[in-house]
Amino acid sequence: MPTLTINGIEVEVEHGTTVLEAARFLGIPIPTLCHDDGLVPYGACRLCLVEVSSGKKRNLQASCCLPAEDGMVVSTHSARVERARRLLVEMYVATCPQSKRIQDMASAMGIRQCRYQAKHETCIQCGLCVRMCEQQMMAGAIGFAGRGLHREVTRPFDMTSEWCRQCGACLYVCPVCELRCQGPQAETTMCNGCVNIPTACFQSYDNAMCFLDPCHACEIAGPFRADVQVKPRFNDFAQLKK
Amino acid sequence: MQKLKSPSEVNEMRLCLEAFETTRPCISVCAGSGCKASGAQNVLDSLHRELERRGLEGAIDIKSTGCHGFCEKGPVMIVWPEKVFYNGVSQSDAKDIVNSVTNGHKPVEKLLYKDPTTGQRVLHEHDVPFYARQQRILFGNNGKIDPKDIRDYIKVGGYSALARVLTNFSREQVVNSVKRAGLRGRGGAGFPTGTKWEALRKSKVRPRYIICNADEGDPGAFMDRSLLEGNPHSVIEGLIIGAYALEASEAYVYVRAEYPLAVEHLVVAINQAEKAGLLGDNILSSGLNFRIHLVEGAGAFVCGEETALIASIEGRVGEPHPRPPYPVQKGLWGKPTVINNVKTWASVPVIVNKGADWYASIGTERSKGTMVFSLVGKINNTGLVEVPMGITLRQMIYDIGGGIPKGKQLKAIQIGGPSGGCIPASMIDLPIDYEALTQAGSMMGSGGMVVMDEDTCMVDVARYFMEFLEEESCGKCFPCREGTQRLREILVRVSQGKGEESDLGLLDDAGWMIKETSLCGLGQTAPNPVLSTLRYFRDEYEAHIREKRCPAKVCRELIVYEIDPAICDGCHACVRVCTTEAVLGEKNKSHTIDSAKCIKCGACLEVCQPKAVLVH
Repeated sequence: MPTLTINGIEVEVEHGTTVLEAARFLGIPIPTLCHDDGLVPYGACRLCLVEVSSGKKRNLQASCCLPAEDGMVVSTHSARVERARRLLVEMYVATCPQSKRIQDMASAMGIRQCRYQAKHETCIQCGLCVRMCEQQMMAGAIGFAGRGLHREVTRPFDMTSEWCRQCGACLYVCPVCELRCQGPQAETTMCNGCVNIPTACFQSYDNAMCFLDPCHACEIAGPFRADVQVKPRFNDFAQLKK
Repeated sequence: MQKLKSPSEVNEMRLCLEAFETTRPCISVCAGSGCKASGAQNVLDSLHRELERRGLEGAIDIKSTGCHGFCEKGPVMIVWPEKVFYNGVSQSDAKDIVNSVTNGHKPVEKLLYKDPTTGQRVLHEHDVPFYARQQRILFGNNGKIDPKDIRDYIKVGGYSALARVLTNFSREQVVNSVKRAGLRGRGGAGFPTGTKWEALRKSKVRPRYIICNADEGDPGAFMDRSLLEGNPHSVIEGLIIGAYALEASEAYVYVRAEYPLAVEHLVVAINQAEKAGLLGDNILSSGLNFRIHLVEGAGAFVCGEETALIASIEGRVGEPHPRPPYPVQKGLWGKPTVINNVKTWASVPVIVNKGADWYASIGTERSKGTMVFSLVGKINNTGLVEVPMGITLRQMIYDIGGGIPKGKQLKAIQIGGPSGGCIPASMIDLPIDYEALTQAGSMMGSGGMVVMDEDTCMVDVARYFMEFLEEESCGKCFPCREGTQRLREILVRVSQGKGEESDLGLLDDAGWMIKETSLCGLGQTAPNPVLSTLRYFRDEYEAHIREKRCPAKVCRELIVYEIDPAICDGCHACVRVCTTEAVLGEKNKSHTIDSAKCIKCGACLEVCQPKAVLVH
């Protein structure tokens, strides 16, 4: 079993454990956006970077994809890592300022200003939804299309795939749109997240599952807000509520 | 050609071909993509017609070869056996050339290379300054062989390295000599090839694969293409030796679909090698079974990155994945795989034939052998250059490249493709060496070398390369996808004169962050154009931001065109070329430019004879 040193603490882990898992086992918090314990690591958000020393070289590597090896010396919060992470989060905030998770992360790191222009993108392409759909829901109904600037999460040929069971798991794991309805809520709450934020992954979510619809509270609030067009997506569901 | 059954038969074949070598004159015309673009096919056709007309078809041979390297002067040709070198040949010259061959080889004076400094005509290729300073161990045979004929390759000593390996070398010996030769990956990163091969040999998993990376995506680079077009068998031989040393049974050549001629020549070469018994089962009765598959890439720059390339071969989206595991541990189809560049594979037979020590004697302490560059940009002799490592940039640009056209000043040299860095003219004595270039903020890359003169704006250069990288970033990891967009945004702002003082710090920070945090080599080197220009040409950025001025007079938003009334003779030439009717004034009276209409295209500047058009 490999023994590695994280921030000066020696830890023995099982073969195949990643550095991220080992660090979390020690209670060292490492921020992530594209990691989920049930999914294959992807290494796209780059927030989990740690400094790994091997010989004279000291590299930054994504800990979520880095298998723990014997004799590895890892530093999770060195000045270099901290600086890279802060600059990265600053760019995340500029890209997706509406995400609560990114906002929280930025505020925890003490980032008080963002030097880039805000973009209000609806997706950070962390790939969680795509992996969730493929690896946990065994559907593979969504995927990435395009390259670079034009890369996006989409459905095959922009049509709902017959493999899509509309389970909503993709939305459940999304770190950017989680401010929106969190499933059934108390009637008194009125988050309005669903109407204030553009949809994250899909341009239209006509066929998505019920909790994607404006939450109950919002629906009640509907008539009071003429600017919000709320229409029940599933007729039978709406009748059920009556 | 009959099937070769043992290593000794390869040598017998060569001796046989040499014995049958005729003394017939042979005109070998460069038919690489560069010369074809300047009309080599027409030259070939008219030569054939001329021979047919005069009934000389059996008396004079015509050969279409691969790239000779001197693309600037194309189409080029060599007339054997006198080795007379002609450049800038056109189809009307066919008659003169055939005449000269029949009349006792009196060279056609006007087609010989003219030395720009002495003004003298040069008869032989090796006396042309462009070639004289080169050491062409990979490309030297390009002018001698027809890439579509395996016999030509065998005649110049081809496949003799394979024969030698199969008879005299153990597998470890091959790996050791590659290691001892100090060969480093020619794809850009410069990882020691021998070390990579050794790492693969440690793995017990079978099967193993080898891959030839011919996905050359850098703008202005054509080294791999020229080698595959001109001498595909040298790459195939390298692959077979690699297969023997690494116990691989299959190889994949990943070549860009945009290189149709390279693909065509490679397919022909693979078929011929199969027929000759050099590929397939039990190669030369050695028990080695080996096949080569060809995969055409779909044009993504990122597929040159090894993990993305493997994904692309497997039929997945061409996006990199984090290493480790490295391809030597878990590569194609999850099996151990060695990926090397075209030039790396082609270097292997040379090392076997001439010895590891000979190869290691070329170059510097840590960079051995030769490096191939495509020399382009503001330089007199554009083309393909193969030089020993350690040669200085000054020798490259002034001795081989022939200096900067129109007597302009050298400003910067961009080495290593789009994600390489710009090295300023003041560092012209820098040796070409992996470490030296990296230290200077650039990189060896796969061999693109763009020369820039005083009329180049470095902010504009950085912006251009960021636009390219923004398009070509695969988009998987956030810092590369978003960071290249942000850098481009800031650079556009600066070049439009809308930059702020804080932008300099932001470019520094963002560049550093992208370099440190990106997933693959593309992202890790993407900010190089910005960081290196910031490092060496910070004053230009400051001029753009503080004074709203473009020192090189390139950025359109920051320049104004004017006509000096004292010089203007009212010839009306500028009025005629102006597409937006921005030039006003009557004939024979001095003109003025309406800056509201002017789109700053520079057309008036080019046509103005008395040089009255001024740019501020």
